[in-house]
Amino acid sequence: MADVMTTPPRLTLDIEQPQGDFKLAVRLDLPGDGVSGVFGASGSGKTSLLRVIAGLDRPQQGHIKLGQQVLLDTQRGIFTPPHQRRIGVVFQEARLFPHYCVRGNLTYGMPHPAPGRLAEIVELLGIEALLTRMPGTLSGGEARRVAIGRALLSEPQLLLMDEPLTGLDGPRKEELLRYITRLTQQVDIPVVYVSHDAEEITTIADHLVVLKAGRVEASDALHTLLHRFDLTHGLGGFDAASLLEGEVVAHDHAYGLTYLALDDEHRLTLPGTAAPIGSRLRLRILARDIALALTPPPGTSYRNQLDATIVDTAVLPEAPHTVELRLRIGTRFLRARLTRKSWDDMGLAKGMNITALIRSVSFNPL
Amino acid sequence: MSLSPAEWEAIRLSLLIGLAAVAWILPLGIGVAWLLARHEFRGKAVLDGLIHLPLVLPPVVVGYLLLVALGRQGVIGAWLYSTFGLSLPFTWQGAAVASGVMAFPLLVRALRLSLEAVDPKLEAAASTLGAGRWRVFTTITLPLAVPGLLTGTVLAFARALSEFGATITFASNIPGETRTLPLALYTLIQSPGQESAAARLCLIAVVIALISLVASEWLARRTRQRLQERDG
Repeated sequence: MADVMTTPPRLTLDIEQPQGDFKLAVRLDLPGDGVSGVFGASGSGKTSLLRVIAGLDRPQQGHIKLGQQVLLDTQRGIFTPPHQRRIGVVFQEARLFPHYCVRGNLTYGMPHPAPGRLAEIVELLGIEALLTRMPGTLSGGEARRVAIGRALLSEPQLLLMDEPLTGLDGPRKEELLRYITRLTQQVDIPVVYVSHDAEEITTIADHLVVLKAGRVEASDALHTLLHRFDLTHGLGGFDAASLLEGEVVAHDHAYGLTYLALDDEHRLTLPGTAAPIGSRLRLRILARDIALALTPPPGTSYRNQLDATIVDTAVLPEAPHTVELRLRIGTRFLRARLTRKSWDDMGLAKGMNITALIRSVSFNPL
Repeated sequence: MSLSPAEWEAIRLSLLIGLAAVAWILPLGIGVAWLLARHEFRGKAVLDGLIHLPLVLPPVVVGYLLLVALGRQGVIGAWLYSTFGLSLPFTWQGAAVASGVMAFPLLVRALRLSLEAVDPKLEAAASTLGAGRWRVFTTITLPLAVPGLLTGTVLAFARALSEFGATITFASNIPGETRTLPLALYTLIQSPGQESAAARLCLIAVVIALISLVASEWLARRTRQRLQERDG
């Protein structure tokens, strides 16, 4: 297919849909590339929003546009049915067709035969061995992977994923999350990813929408929202985290370590990864995993000692005895959390230069 | 035991009329069952009631109503005759219409139940994969409803085979045209001294019924097995 569009198509919508005593009223403008996470507690309207975007529900009022295409405009009476939207959906419960084998499921939505494309997706998802199996014989994780492949092969312009990790146990969850992360990096389709799990969504999203009681509480780049103190409670609370991204510059195979450059001056030491030199890694760092020192301490096991400046602080009403901090490291920002006692004892203040300490073993590179 | 030409004739007519009846009500039944199973519309209760009428009305009444509607002087019948030169009463086609109408509710009930059992979530998934209504129906809904489709078809066929009242009222009892097994048996019972011939026909009816029962049981088991293989 010829690539005519130079800018990826944004998804813009403004819809209202009452459902009993609940009302979904959402106005959004989502980027046309990368992963947009939709985060919220259950009952916040995430799945309803997804159904409206896919065309499975018809809102009472509003409009939806994907790039230049009008998918819905209630005033002009426009409603594009789901099968003409070219929007792929990965549902919570896989929803494989029980009377087709895995291959039949995968090819069901393919607009035209494309063996190369099929082979590529099958390989990407690691489902070669499953092709002749019937869906009833698959495990939960396998079924989800097939469902993802099926949606991708229908050549969607947008992929919606509704809590695709639901019901999987720890290791299976991590495995599938890794597949999805890899896929969102390799397949050039914008993704809207719905989840109620803060860790999951901060792992995968670039852009984040926070839904609360059917309304948009916040919508912005993920790293921006992670630094908003007022969203701490919703986005992880005790497990509040921020992200650092850097380039892999070296591996120490003897000690099993990987070195990541944040910029010219700041380097991090992490547990060894298989990521090739020059590739980019995203790290999720819990605020509570960071310690502060007034000067670089000698003789410590903290492998990462970074010069940092305190740029913002807050004491949250739900945690009156801890202090939330935002640190600047070069051009990056990092969240940290201290007890109020440490804060007072060390005489810390906004604008002070300090050293941020992070243990290498606290990193879990994605 | 060799069969007489008259007996062969009755068997042939019974099977022909039974198959023809099933053939014309099957597509219609699938459509109506789908409407009832998947859609809400005004007059749904009325349609549902109309379909079930043959199940509760005396068959003679159904035959009479058919005569009123499809007879040469009937509203539809007159039109059929003037447009296509087609006349249904007193023909085997007419018998197929009558027994089809009588079997229709059984077919629709079985089909509707199995269509309702198909998960609409699968249909929604198919539509997000680019399948329009027709493709969703033919590739997802209908194949998953096959067990009900089979049961309904066998049931309808059996009902059409045994149809008596509506057929004799609408299509009459004409040897070689509309005299099916039940009608031939009735004729024999009416005439004195035919007890042994009647007993023979009775036996044939039992054998045919048994064969279709066994066949349907075998078909049902086979589809169940195939579905189980699929489910693992």
